[in-house]
Amino acid sequence: MLVTNLTILVLAGFVGYAVISKIPNTLHTPLMSGTNAIHGIVLLGGLIVIGFAGNSAFNKVILVIAIAFGTINVVGGFLVTDRMLEMFKRKPQAPPRDGEEE
Amino acid sequence: MILATGFFQNPNFLHVLYIVAFALFIYGMSGLTGPRTAVRGNRIAAVGMLIAVIATLLSRSEGNWALIAIGIALGVLVGAPAARRVHMTAMPQMVALFNGVGGGAVFLIAWAEFRNTGGYQDTPTYVALFSLFAAIVGSISFWGSNIAFGKLQELLPGRPITLGKPQQFVNVLLLAGAVLLAGLVAGGSHSQLEFIGMLVLAAILGNAVVLPIGGADMPVVISMLNAFTGLSAAATGVALDNPALIVAGMIVGASGTILTNLMAVAMNRSIPAIVAGGFGGTGAVAGASGAGAYSGTVRSVSAADVAIQLAYARLVIVVPGYGMAVAQAQHAVAELAKGLQKRGVEIRYAIHPVAGRMPGHMNVLLAEADVPYDQLKDMDDINPEFSRCDVALVIGANDVTNPAAKTNPASPIYGMPILEVENAHSVIVIKRSMNPGFAGIENELYFKPNTAMLFGDAKAAVGEITAGLADI
Repeated sequence: MLVTNLTILVLAGFVGYAVISKIPNTLHTPLMSGTNAIHGIVLLGGLIVIGFAGNSAFNKVILVIAIAFGTINVVGGFLVTDRMLEMFKRKPQAPPRDGEEE
Repeated sequence: MILATGFFQNPNFLHVLYIVAFALFIYGMSGLTGPRTAVRGNRIAAVGMLIAVIATLLSRSEGNWALIAIGIALGVLVGAPAARRVHMTAMPQMVALFNGVGGGAVFLIAWAEFRNTGGYQDTPTYVALFSLFAAIVGSISFWGSNIAFGKLQELLPGRPITLGKPQQFVNVLLLAGAVLLAGLVAGGSHSQLEFIGMLVLAAILGNAVVLPIGGADMPVVISMLNAFTGLSAAATGVALDNPALIVAGMIVGASGTILTNLMAVAMNRSIPAIVAGGFGGTGAVAGASGAGAYSGTVRSVSAADVAIQLAYARLVIVVPGYGMAVAQAQHAVAELAKGLQKRGVEIRYAIHPVAGRMPGHMNVLLAEADVPYDQLKDMDDINPEFSRCDVALVIGANDVTNPAAKTNPASPIYGMPILEVENAHSVIVIKRSMNPGFAGIENELYFKPNTAMLFGDAKAAVGEITAGLADI
């Protein structure tokens, strides 16, 4: 199990490196904010571990906070990235008059 | 129903959906290579995330559903409005905050895992090790990001707060202490006191690393903390035997590392030096002792004069910096550029890799103001252009234009690649006052004979120039 997971770990690192190094400087903020959203995937860890929280109220509290944190990270991260990228996509040659946006 | 739940709880079902999810992450991220495919790429990655979450929920057999619902509802209620309302100028602190909560989730999960297993009893040592690594790094990332947020939001002073020379030693001690306690826990002490002690030391370390960071180093640190959270998520994945966490965490870890490196190279500084907080510290000292070192005369101009000069130029290169972000002047700048283009003036924007407080900060702001993507030029592309440009208009940028980086070996920024603004036929600098920038370094550009200063708030000053243009 450990060996399989370490294999995945190393390969994923190289895939990440290969994909990300092609991204132009101009898009670095959205890139950072997009990858920022992706590490919100720790949310899954909260969902799994809370199943084993037993009767300890303290465990439950910290895991609810962890799930809330993870959700903020995912939802906020993707929404903010989307807003930023929409601005890059907008075609500016038609000077946007008020109310004329697509 | 029983059949259905049995199917969902088959580990193969879960793994297949995880594979779909991270294939979507990777495909989505590769869409970020161009502005046209980027929106779709981000949405594809978001769909991948949704699939991973749903798959995990379906495969669960244990209870506590109500708590999960509460947690997710809280997260959506806080995260979604924050992301929708935030101003583009406040983007760096938003990213720092989202990054911080991610790190917070990581160390809380590790802590809960420690408590669930009675201090890693009957768990393989490697699980304990990865979980402890996640706890330390997650905690550093949580506290570090919160400090970064506080500084960017100006809740904390932006100037470096540092112990000076002993800082590095203290940081190493803190890290060693945390690692030592982690070692004791992994060795089978089962002591929660030691676990909490480790979290506390890591928390202090997170504070100690980011408090000394001056403004110019902030993008590097945010990107580094982003990489940290990614790596800690990947470690959580190994501890929980969850491939989706491993893959997603490593992608973030790798991308964060690349970005951090790129920016460190752009500033000609090593990452350890940045973390040690040398820049702000030595910069402030040099600024204090070097005040008045360039005692040339400073020429100041009026907005109307600038308007005339710009109107009759062929090529104008705009050099935006953090000052433009602070004054929220991006729309005013775009307005001015539009006016100039109508008169046949060619406009380019020169973007330094570390301009602003976040990698690509200026690009986002200018994109918000509808500046065409192809007018934004990277440092290497634009530098040869300065010699053929009539006016370089510097708006709120300072250190990234300082010729001392090339000429003065005593300068703290010596060796940092800069925008070669001084080669322009004429340079106009919009600046609030003669105060040195964040790093506290005098800029000899302001004393050059071809430089003129237009003092004032960036937004107001650019507005006045645009108004002046209409009168010509």
